[in-house]
Amino acid sequence: MTPTLAPALSVEDSFAVPSATPNLRQQLLVLYLGTSALDSDVIGWSRYDGTGRSRPTMGDSDEPPYATGLAALLDGWRLIQMSQLLTHERGHEYDTAYLPYEFIFERLVDLTA
Amino acid sequence: MTTLVDRKHLLTSVEMAHFVSHGSVALNAVVPDSLNERATEVLDTGIPGHPYGTPLDVVFPVGSFVRELLDLPAVAGAVQSLVGPNPVIDHHAVHIRPPHGGEAQNMHGDAILDTRTDVFDVQLMYYPREVTLEQGGTLSVPGTHLRRINQTGIGRYQNLAGQTRLTCPAGTVVLLHHGIWHGGRRNDSDQPRYMFKIRFNPTVRQLRLWNTDDIDDPAVRAELRTGFGWTNANEGRLELVNRARMWRFLTGDELFDIDYYLTRETIRPTHLAPGATDVRLGSGRSGDGWGL
Repeated sequence: MTPTLAPALSVEDSFAVPSATPNLRQQLLVLYLGTSALDSDVIGWSRYDGTGRSRPTMGDSDEPPYATGLAALLDGWRLIQMSQLLTHERGHEYDTAYLPYEFIFERLVDLTA
Repeated sequence: MTTLVDRKHLLTSVEMAHFVSHGSVALNAVVPDSLNERATEVLDTGIPGHPYGTPLDVVFPVGSFVRELLDLPAVAGAVQSLVGPNPVIDHHAVHIRPPHGGEAQNMHGDAILDTRTDVFDVQLMYYPREVTLEQGGTLSVPGTHLRRINQTGIGRYQNLAGQTRLTCPAGTVVLLHHGIWHGGRRNDSDQPRYMFKIRFNPTVRQLRLWNTDDIDDPAVRAELRTGFGWTNANEGRLELVNRARMWRFLTGDELFDIDYYLTRETIRPTHLAPGATDVRLGSGRSGDGWGL
């Protein structure tokens, strides 16, 4: 059995160590597409700005920033998650609820730029 | 509201179909200025609350400002078309957003996930003053009312294709299905924004409560099929199924369908065709078909 080493730092101290990228912040783009295909049309969109320089909110735009998910890739956004394709529960095949095709993108922004 | 409204003031079938597809129906500038001018003082003073499910006559007695509003023929007719005569009051609330006040709400559905698949409540929203874009009227997403979500579980959705921001002339009344996705927006104007909301629960089966004279008008189907930006791909056809089910509920026509979806799924013949007589099938003890 491998001996367990005592951690060198407390969780608080370790997480207080300065970031290796102190000037980079994440911007998130969430796109809801018409189908599970990344090149299908954007039907919903949300943005979160880690720079703090803007505050996207509900109802802030009527036109999507990109026409398709692929268009966001082409513009430099990195896809970090897409929703799974879930089996339809028997008896509830027609139920509709949350939007099923969610794609989360990020890009890193230099605060000093 | 205790007496039936004259049929000519009820919604038409086309207007009901609009409500089924959009989740709302708007009565623009339906309230006369004489009432609108008194409204702000009444709303500033506040309107006493009541326990959930109190009869309308108790909450808004004859002679009260709100009763005057609800007895306007067009308003009474629309309410009766949707929830029937003698609805009870779920709750009501005055919403005043001050100049340059508030933050945009996250998108949500009111109350909690509602397990009812047929019966619906109606929320009346009365705007005594003009609502401009700058005043940040309610954003809503037409056609979302039949999707089963739990309140701000949809808070991550900032914008959906086809969303609308309410702008309206003074004296407008909007009637909403309880499930519609919406959110209040920040008031960026110099004027306070007034809105008075009443949620009605039906006390009768919501069956053919409107003026059905135009039930065969082709515009009914056209309204039921209305598409919105967010319904343009996979989700749109499923919403047609939802709407067909709601139209069946409202009309009592159990055969009504849109694009054959609900009908096709019932095609499950059980009688045997004459040629299906090969007795060897299923007769083997091992149950492995042709392994005789």
